[in-house]
Amino acid sequence: MHDLLIAPFALGFMRRALIGCLALSVAAPPLGVFLVLRRMSLMSDVMQHGVLPGIALGAAFAGLSIWAMGLGGFAAGLIVALLAGWLARGKGAREDSQLAGVYLIALALGVALISAQRGVDLTHILFGSVLAVDDAALFAMAGVVSIVLPILAVIWRPLILESLDPGFFAATGGQGGVWHLTFLALVVMCVVAGFVALGTLMSVGLMMLPAIASRHWSVSLQGQVRASVVLAAIASVAGLLLSFHTDIPAGPAIVLTSGVLWMVGLANDTFRSAS
Amino acid sequence: MGWRRLGNPVIAPAIRLTALTLRHGERVAIDSLSGAFAPGSMTALTGENGAGKTTLLRALAGLHPIAAGTIDRGGLRPSDISLLPQSSQLDRSFPIACRDVVALGSIGRTGPFKAIGRPQLAEADRALAAVGLPDMGSRGIGALSAGQFQRVLFARSMLQDAPVLLLDEPFAAVDTATASDLLAILHRWHGQGRTIVTVLHDLDMARAHFPDTLHLNGARTTWGPTAAWASRAAA
Repeated sequence: MHDLLIAPFALGFMRRALIGCLALSVAAPPLGVFLVLRRMSLMSDVMQHGVLPGIALGAAFAGLSIWAMGLGGFAAGLIVALLAGWLARGKGAREDSQLAGVYLIALALGVALISAQRGVDLTHILFGSVLAVDDAALFAMAGVVSIVLPILAVIWRPLILESLDPGFFAATGGQGGVWHLTFLALVVMCVVAGFVALGTLMSVGLMMLPAIASRHWSVSLQGQVRASVVLAAIASVAGLLLSFHTDIPAGPAIVLTSGVLWMVGLANDTFRSAS
Repeated sequence: MGWRRLGNPVIAPAIRLTALTLRHGERVAIDSLSGAFAPGSMTALTGENGAGKTTLLRALAGLHPIAAGTIDRGGLRPSDISLLPQSSQLDRSFPIACRDVVALGSIGRTGPFKAIGRPQLAEADRALAAVGLPDMGSRGIGALSAGQFQRVLFARSMLQDAPVLLLDEPFAAVDTATASDLLAILHRWHGQGRTIVTVLHDLDMARAHFPDTLHLNGARTTWGPTAAWASRAAA
């Protein structure tokens, strides 16, 4: 038992990955809860694919520096999110089709840019690698969390009001667009923070799945936020262990364990409503 | 501060429209409308679908751009004006308790960052009791009927404590008992000196309860005492 659950975390890289993922588990899932409430779940997909071209450009200009890739990813994610939002609002087409179009192009562009460079491992960037979580990456993850949480606390109430009743909020003089943009920036920061360990294909997994699952554990917003954090922490520990013992990359492993937690919540609800 | 509050009664300024024109995309929704909502008046805003009722309401609240003409709010800021949107525009699946929705009404006065503490929550509970929903404070809004939800929104307007209230079809989709309770609340606000503009479909209700009517009908728009308009419409 000790070998199975505790011993892996005696290794330095596993400990770093664990601390990074736990830090992310505190900041990302609450944002996921708001993404779900604002009916923006698909938008999270757009942002995680949107960061990829930026990460590739960062790597092209400054090598495999976490800061260069992170800044590039942040800028690209924000640009793609704004572009997708603008396309989705107008142009007479269906919103989801516009979002799908944007994220497919972003993903293809990112993969193309990375493949064009030698010495950058596409698999690690797409699927993540716990081995890659060095001290710089860990500082980046913890740093992002330290920025995201206080800002989320500050914009908490405007964000609730803007999600619940945008017309009323605007009528009281609330600048809905400002809070929406700030919120998008926080989401992109968490997506970028997660990519080293989880990979860009999975980095919203730790944000979205615990948030989706949390609806089965609480009916209040505060309860859902708390539940999402706990579920994400459980998924982080279990996912890293699964990754360690089976050689599955960390990203898919953590997303799969989050998925199991969601299924448990679904089953729990189904049985309760049936009985 | 462009309005005076003397204890409970409120003295709202007049809201004057001068050759107000509003566009909805390319279409002209309101064409050169002039007139005034007198201080403390209670006006039914009627007209066919697409006549520009909601657009006018949003413009009064400062949420719709003015194409031409002016709205003089007598010194009121748009945030001194309470707008109750159609409740169908709200996300009823949002996980939030009635008390919190009502307490959030106070942000019009305090701004979004002032702490909402016990006094505001107690005030929210009193407002919920006043709209006939005592002991419902901790109930989630998803569990409410359409009528109960509309009562919650009225309670929120109470916390806004605004001198001018704009309501967009507040009686749509509520039962008769709820409608008459909500009307009583409107009359109480009217009695306190607040200016009220309500979008209505039910012309009988306009005749019975609203001293003034603004009937939007393109070039044949009429604005004045309801009795005069009703007799002209009948003729």
